[in-house]
Amino acid sequence: MLRTLVLRVENRPGALARVTGLFSARGVNIESLTVARTEDPTLSHMTIVVDMDEMALEKLVKLLDRLVDVVTVDVVDGRGAVERELLLVKVRQEPGQKLELLKEAELFRARVVDVAPQSYVLELTGDEEKLEAFIRVFEKYGILELVRSGKVAMARGEAAGSR
Amino acid sequence: MKMKGTEIFVECLRREGVEVVFGHPGGSILPIYDRLYNAEIRHVLMRHEQAAAHAADGYARASGRVGVAMATSGPGATNLVTGIASAYMDSVPIVVFTGQVPLTLIGTDAFQEADVVGITRPCTKHNYLVVRTEDLARTIREAFYLARTGRPGPVLVDLPKDIQLSECEFEYPEQVWLRGYRVVEEGDPAAVRRAAVAILEAERPVIYAGGGVIASEGAEELRRLAEQGRIPVATTLMGLGGFPTEHPLSLGMLGMHGSWYANTAITRCDLLIAIGVRFDDRVTGKIAEFAPRARKIHIDIDPAEINKNVRVEIPIVGDVRRVLRALNAEMEALLAEVETEAWAQKRMSWIEQIAQWKREYPLRYEWDERVIKPQWVIEEIARLTKGEAIVTTDVGQHQMWAAQYLRFKYPRTWITSGGLGAMGFGLPAAIGAWFARPDRPVVAICGDGGFQMTMQELAVIAEHRIPVKIVIINNFYLGMVRQWQQLFYNRRYAASDLRVSPDYVKIAEAYGLRGYTVRRPGELVEVLEEAFRSEEPVLLDVHVAAEENVYPMVPPGASIREMILGPSETEAAVKS
Repeated sequence: MLRTLVLRVENRPGALARVTGLFSARGVNIESLTVARTEDPTLSHMTIVVDMDEMALEKLVKLLDRLVDVVTVDVVDGRGAVERELLLVKVRQEPGQKLELLKEAELFRARVVDVAPQSYVLELTGDEEKLEAFIRVFEKYGILELVRSGKVAMARGEAAGSR
Repeated sequence: MKMKGTEIFVECLRREGVEVVFGHPGGSILPIYDRLYNAEIRHVLMRHEQAAAHAADGYARASGRVGVAMATSGPGATNLVTGIASAYMDSVPIVVFTGQVPLTLIGTDAFQEADVVGITRPCTKHNYLVVRTEDLARTIREAFYLARTGRPGPVLVDLPKDIQLSECEFEYPEQVWLRGYRVVEEGDPAAVRRAAVAILEAERPVIYAGGGVIASEGAEELRRLAEQGRIPVATTLMGLGGFPTEHPLSLGMLGMHGSWYANTAITRCDLLIAIGVRFDDRVTGKIAEFAPRARKIHIDIDPAEINKNVRVEIPIVGDVRRVLRALNAEMEALLAEVETEAWAQKRMSWIEQIAQWKREYPLRYEWDERVIKPQWVIEEIARLTKGEAIVTTDVGQHQMWAAQYLRFKYPRTWITSGGLGAMGFGLPAAIGAWFARPDRPVVAICGDGGFQMTMQELAVIAEHRIPVKIVIINNFYLGMVRQWQQLFYNRRYAASDLRVSPDYVKIAEAYGLRGYTVRRPGELVEVLEEAFRSEEPVLLDVHVAAEENVYPMVPPGASIREMILGPSETEAAVKS
């Protein structure tokens, strides 16, 4: 089952390697990973998506928490957290399909961020379901290239990642 | 005041109270060695970096203080890794300093360059690459703090050569503040109370005590808990010394080569009180059948150990000694309210049952007049040292026999590579232990295989005239490997034969040390007695029964109920 972890980590060399090392040492693949600075420049926020069962995840969370560089770690889901991902997709632009394509992009509130003679680059932000739906719809135009940022998640309410 | 990196290094070590460091020099750490040349901190030149890490480990375990090892970059650092990994597995507080190529050369495949923080990341509690001289003092302060607090462990600090040589304003941080590092020392009072009630209600409780008892200096509190709660105590390999072997409530060691009665008590108990342990596979055997009928209490400083291998009903995260103190106080209060007579009566039948098991199924081996039995050598060492010596071991059969047949009185007198199981540990660990406790006799019990992995350290023993007694339990085999091959690989002794071995006495003599070869049972007692009377280092090469096996034994993958008790049962086990 895909699970989402959010961590606050010291923003310094090696911290990311310590975190990812715990997954790789157990043969667990990371499905998605984002890391960037937060409101506190000395802290990074990480969002990690992994496919793990409950028991294994519980153990891993404790090991993450044990790392000196990890300040907080939480397991979140769409109810307790806002989850977003950015998608960039390069689609073929055939003559005669332009209007329909732009209309469908509008329905998803996707934006055209690059125009080339035979292709558009569209940008879309949303949760997992929205992105998946968008990809399904746009497949018919011919997807030349697709890039996802990986998920970012933030707990709802006041507390910033306190367990 | 402006100070050079090397000055800051020495000053920080001085403030940490470091008296001795174990190391080996090389190019990238020469500035620090140059500063150590006339420093008050003693440096012990080990002959291999692995031995430096093991010596720091032995020092830390014997003293309860942080051990320090150092080496140069590249091969010096990679040679340390086994010793660091062993300290990590056994939660031993050491700080390791490595030289590194100058910052300007890092990443260029420079001479003797290795990514040491990368290599040691999974086997250290934490590690650092220092990239600014301004960070050096704080880093060293944090390294010692992390090594000794919470669940202890090794911390490595990688020091590029230019950091050692450049200057900065020296500021010693009085406080350590690491927002991602929290240690819970006091146990949750509600959980402690539930534990006390559970202990009082139990009919067949057993304590399963490990290295956490020793690391937290909790042996006295453990003894009090066992005595006032009338609870038998089984210790792990790491917990030996945490409870006196001769105590009527002692069950000795449990697990793969534990006593039959310890494992049986665990299997039959209705309450398991796990203290400073991690439910290691060599202890639990088939995990589903480990203490299957018991409610479980687990006391440990590391929250990650709770529910790791076994689900427990009453977890208590905290420092073992402090939690036990609170638990003892709670027990005392509860016991004051119960009818002590009736309660004690209830507990008596369990204790009597165990006493009967101890009489019926003691540890035993078959005596042989023609050949020295290794177990007997250990018994004789136990008789001569009376539990007063610090004993270190290598890894394998001799280690298990020592664990089974020595009689422990005190914590910090048993030093072995438990978790990692690193052969070659015994000799360098004995050197470290002696520097920590020169007032105590030190004995290194080695296998002939393990001894050959670090025997170059005889030079250190000769140099410092360390009066360690080295006893090689020599069966001309990698004995434990051979035992497994005999039992589980149809006697195909692949690569476990050490018939071509050196004359260890001649090796000792080459280093200017005395040594004796003991071949016949009739010689053993006299030679041992003379060696232990001596104030000098002595090496004894004791030729023992070559195909003796360690029993009892839980076959790999089996439940700890299913022990092979001795050779006669072995045949049956092999056939079935």
